[in-house]
Amino acid sequence: MDRIPILQMGDLLLVTIQVDMHDQLALTLQDDLTDKIQRTSARGVLIDISALDIVDSFIGRMISTISALARIMDATTVVVGMQPAVAITLVELGLDLRGVRTALNVERGMKLLQLPAGEP
Amino acid sequence: MIAEDGSLPIRIEQDVVLARQTVRQLAVRFGLRLVDQTKLVTAASELARNAVIYGGGGDMHWRIVERGVRRGIQLQFADQGPGIPDQVKALTDGWSSGSGMGLGLSGSRRLVDDFDLDTAAGQGTRVTITKWI
Repeated sequence: MDRIPILQMGDLLLVTIQVDMHDQLALTLQDDLTDKIQRTSARGVLIDISALDIVDSFIGRMISTISALARIMDATTVVVGMQPAVAITLVELGLDLRGVRTALNVERGMKLLQLPAGEP
Repeated sequence: MIAEDGSLPIRIEQDVVLARQTVRQLAVRFGLRLVDQTKLVTAASELARNAVIYGGGGDMHWRIVERGVRRGIQLQFADQGPGIPDQVKALTDGWSSGSGMGLGLSGSRRLVDDFDLDTAAGQGTRVTITKWI
């Protein structure tokens, strides 16, 4: 079965979404990530969506859910790299990803999590 | 006037991904600008998923339509599902008959130029959207 890889860097988890996500893949990621937060005691989750050329309501909801789940498990989620066309579309669709922290790119996302880029 | 057309079955979740890819290719080929490509593909994703989840599967028909000198990409999502008894409610933000966020229909309407909903209880659902180039 397809899986989206989750990389661990110190107490940070990095998820780079590079495929056109079908719904089951999104749900699997949700399970895998909560599992990994528990096993690694990660404090931060960085989700890089710069390769996603659309975010529809399903993927948007998944991002919100992951962020909420992580928060309950004492980890902060930052979504980074959203393409401008995706952001415009998302807002027009009616999704504002309330409660989800975002940053322009991975580097700024790491700063937001107070972990300097490059330092594990 | 229809310049070109085609169709694609949307039966299972993976078909939603195929529908997105098909619409993206059309949008690129017919020269939609990036933001409009993204809007059309996102609307297609919402409606294709609706057809699978609520309609029990259906088809996407696409056409390149011409109105005067303008060309447009028209997509129709048709299913034989239970239909929507209350269209006004279904087009309201946040209303959902299922587990979704209720943005599929109302949200996709905002992403396109023309939107037509043809449905009734027991009659299936046909949603037709057009983005003019």
